[in-house]
Amino acid sequence: MNTQVPVTALNRRGFLKAVGALRAMTATGGGFLLGYAGPASAQAAAGALEFNPFVRISNDDVVTLIVHKPENGQGAVTTMCMLLAEELDCDWDALRWEFAPIAREYGFPLQGTFGSLGVRSSWQPLREAGAKARTMLVQAAAARWQTDLANCRAENGAVIDTRTGASLRYGELAEAAAALPVPDSVVLKTPDQYRLIGKAQKRRDTLAKITGEAQYGIDVRIPDMAFAVLARSPVFGGSVASFDARAARAFPGVLDVVQVSRGIAVVAANTWAAIEGRKLLEIVWNEGANANLSSAEIRERQRALVATPGAVARNDGDSAAAFASAARRLAAVYEAPYLAHTTMEPPNTVVQVNSDSCEVWSGTQIPGICHLNAVAASGLSPAQVSVNTLYIGGGFGSRGGGNVYGEAVEVAMAAGRPVSLLYTREDDIRQDRFRPASYVELEAALDAEGWPLAWRGHVSCQHFQELQDGLDREAVAGLADTAYAIPNQRFEYSPLELDVPTNFWRSVGCSQNSYFAEAFIDEMAAATGKDPVEFRRRLLVDSPRLLNVLNLAAKRAGWDTPAPEGRYRGVAAVSCFGSHNAQVAEISITDGKVRVHKVTCVVDCGQAVNPTTVHQQMQGGIVYGLTAALKGEITLEQGRVQQSNFHDYDALRMDEMPEIDVLIVEGDVTAPGGIGETSTPAIAPAVVNAVFKATGQPVRKLPIKLV
Amino acid sequence: MALINFTLNGQVQTLDVQPQMPLLWVLRDVLNMTGTKYGCGMALCGACTVHVDGQPTRACLTEVSFIAGREITTIEGLSTDGSHPVQQAWRDIDVPQCGYCQSGQIMTTVALLRNNPAPTDADIDAALRNNICRCGTYQMIRAAVHKAAELQSGLAFDAMAAQGERA
Repeated sequence: MNTQVPVTALNRRGFLKAVGALRAMTATGGGFLLGYAGPASAQAAAGALEFNPFVRISNDDVVTLIVHKPENGQGAVTTMCMLLAEELDCDWDALRWEFAPIAREYGFPLQGTFGSLGVRSSWQPLREAGAKARTMLVQAAAARWQTDLANCRAENGAVIDTRTGASLRYGELAEAAAALPVPDSVVLKTPDQYRLIGKAQKRRDTLAKITGEAQYGIDVRIPDMAFAVLARSPVFGGSVASFDARAARAFPGVLDVVQVSRGIAVVAANTWAAIEGRKLLEIVWNEGANANLSSAEIRERQRALVATPGAVARNDGDSAAAFASAARRLAAVYEAPYLAHTTMEPPNTVVQVNSDSCEVWSGTQIPGICHLNAVAASGLSPAQVSVNTLYIGGGFGSRGGGNVYGEAVEVAMAAGRPVSLLYTREDDIRQDRFRPASYVELEAALDAEGWPLAWRGHVSCQHFQELQDGLDREAVAGLADTAYAIPNQRFEYSPLELDVPTNFWRSVGCSQNSYFAEAFIDEMAAATGKDPVEFRRRLLVDSPRLLNVLNLAAKRAGWDTPAPEGRYRGVAAVSCFGSHNAQVAEISITDGKVRVHKVTCVVDCGQAVNPTTVHQQMQGGIVYGLTAALKGEITLEQGRVQQSNFHDYDALRMDEMPEIDVLIVEGDVTAPGGIGETSTPAIAPAVVNAVFKATGQPVRKLPIKLV
Repeated sequence: MALINFTLNGQVQTLDVQPQMPLLWVLRDVLNMTGTKYGCGMALCGACTVHVDGQPTRACLTEVSFIAGREITTIEGLSTDGSHPVQQAWRDIDVPQCGYCQSGQIMTTVALLRNNPAPTDADIDAALRNNICRCGTYQMIRAAVHKAAELQSGLAFDAMAAQGERA
C-alpha cells in the first residue's frame, strides 16, 4: 500500500488552493503569511494532562479530544473524534470533545474547514496524535507492571496486561504517561484492525441540536451585549454621503447609532429594535461607479471577453487541426448565474473590545481568517485577539471570510460596548459574496462516427481567487480538467473585473463548470444518437474509478430499462475534491415545471471514515445543487441585487425533495477523498440532461426555465 | 411598553415589552431562550416555529401582544434530555447536519403528529414544506417523522395497555 503519493499530492493542491482562498478572503491581501505572529498558543485546561494538542486525559479518567475543524454540519466533530479515538483506543461512548482555540498547532492561519479537506488533511496527523498518546499510555503501564511492551495492549480506555489480565484505566496512567517523551514515530492500525473507521457512527452533537441547546454564533449572549444591524450601501462600492439618525435614535430600544467604514449601524437592546431603527435611518449614499450595473451589462461584457483571446488553461494536442478535419462540429453558449449561499443561520458575529483585548465569538469556517480580520479592524496585536468557535448554522463556503468580523469589531468599538452584529436575511442575500456568474462558449469536433476529436471552451467570469499568469484555475475547474480522454482540448479563461463581491460556493468552480461540461457531453452524444452512458464509458478509459461509479449508477438506476411513463433520466459523472461521483436523475415535466423524482448517487471517496456523514453529505450536496439548478438566480439592476428573501430566492422544499439513493463504493482504503462538495457538481447536469432527453432541447442556462 | 402575561413552557411569564415586538425576539433577546431560531423574519422558512396554544406558529411575525394569556411551547419545552418521541426519532435517524433549522422542523412535526398520528408522505410534505433546510436533511426528516409516529403509537399502545391493567 502506497499512501504517501496521493495524500501528499492532495494536500499540496489543497494547501495552494487554501492560500489563494485566504488571499481572496482577507482585506490584507497577499504576503500576510510571512511574519504574521498569530495568536497565542493553545493552553491546556487546568487539571488535565495534555498528551498533544488533540488529546487530554485527566486523572479522573476523562478523555477529552480537541476538534480543530469547525462544525458546519459536515460532521467534523464526529469524524475528527473517530480519527483520534481509533488510534487512542479510548472509550468511544465516554469521551468528551471541545472545539480547538486558534493556534498554529491546529493549522493557523489555515485552521478551518474548506475545500473538502477536513478529513483529507486530518487523516494522517490525527491518527498519529491518537497513536502517540496511546503508545505513551501503554509504555506507562508496562513500566508500572515492569513488563515488556509486547505484553500490553490498549483497549477501550484501559491498558491490559495480556498475561495476567490486569488492567489500568487511562486516568490511572495519565500522569506517568504524559511525562514520557513523545514518540517520534508510531505504527498505525491496518484497516482490518479498525473499530471505528469505516463503521457508521452516530453524530456526537445531535442531542444538543434537537433540544435547542447547541450554541451557534447568533445565540451568544454576554454581559452588557447589545444587538446591532448595519445599513450598507445598496450598490457595491458605494459609501455614505450623509445621514440623519434622529428618527432611528428615537425608536424605543435603540441605544446608539454609529458610523463605521461600511455604513451606519443601529445598536439596540434587542434585534427587533435594531431592525426597526434601521428602517428609520435617512441615508444619502454615494452610489459610485456601479450605480447602473445590471446583469444584462455583465453578460454583455462576458460575451465580449470571450471574443478575444484568454489565458490558456489547457492545450492538449492540436485543436485547430482537429476542428479543421472534423466530420461534424457543435457549438453552444452556456451560462450560470450569480448565487447567494443563504445559510439558514445568517452571518453574525459577537465582539467585545477592551483597550487591550478583543474577543470574538462566531460560527466561522476559518477561525484564522476571523482572527486576522479582527486584528486588522481592532488595531490590536494578534496576541490580544481571541476567537471562540461556535456551531455554524451552515457554511457552504460563505463562512470563510467576509466582512462581518471586521464590521462587528468596528461597531463594538464605536458603540463602546459588546455587540452581536446580525445580517438580516435581506442583508445576507443582498450583501453576500456571491458565486460568480459564468459565461462559456463551447465547441466540439466529432469524427465520422460521432466520437469527439476535440473540444474547446472559453470561460468568462469574475475570479474566485488571485490570478496567476492571468488564470484562475478554479474558474475553469470541472471543465478544463475533466477525466475525458479527448485527444485535443483547448480551454481559455478571461477574467471579468467587477466590484460585485464573489466567494467560494459549495464545490466552487465545479458548481458551474461541471454543468457546462456534462451537459455539452450529452449534446455531443445526442448529435449522432449515442447513449449518454455509453458515450462517457468510451471517454473514461483512463479513469477507472469514475468509470466504475458511472457503471454502478447506471445499473442501480436501471439505465438500460425504460423509464416509467412520463419519466426521463439524465446522467452526469464528475471527479472532484479527491472523490468520484456519478448520478442519474429521473424527472418528469408538468406545465413547464421540472420535478425530480429520484436521484441515484454512487460515490467513491476512498476510505469513507464515517459512512453516516458520507451519506448525509451526498444527500445534502445534491439538495444544495438542485436548489441552484431549479431556482437559484441572483440578478442585478441599477447596481442593486434584486432578490431579498426566500420568496424570491427560494430553496428546495420538502414537497420537492426527490428520493436520493446513495451507494458508497468500497474504494481505496488507504486514503479518504473529500465529501463536503463532491455531490453538488453532478446534480445540475444530471437533471438538465434528463430535461434534454424529455424535450429534445438542451438547457444551456441555469436555473432551468422551460416556459 | 406594556405588561404582557403568558405561559412559556409551563411557566407563567410577565414581561414589560413593546407590544409590537415579535415573539421571536422576545424569546431570543429578552428571555435568552435561543433554541428558537431566526431565519427570514417573513414566515418563509419555519426556523422560528413555536406552538401557540398548541398550534405551530411563526414567532418572527407574531407580535407579542397576540400571545397575551396564551400558552407558548418552544423547543426547550419539549424536553431537555431529548426524550420526547419526536426528538427520540430525530436521534435514532441522526437527522441534523448543521442543526440550525431543526428546532423548527421538530416543532412543526410535533404539531403534525398531534393532529395526525400516522401521516402519509403527502401529509408530511404539506406540513413541512414551509420549513427550509439548506443542508438537505429532508429525506432524513421524512424518515424521522414516520419513526416518531411509530414511537408515539407505541407509547399510546403502552398507555392503553397500562390503563387496561389498572382496570
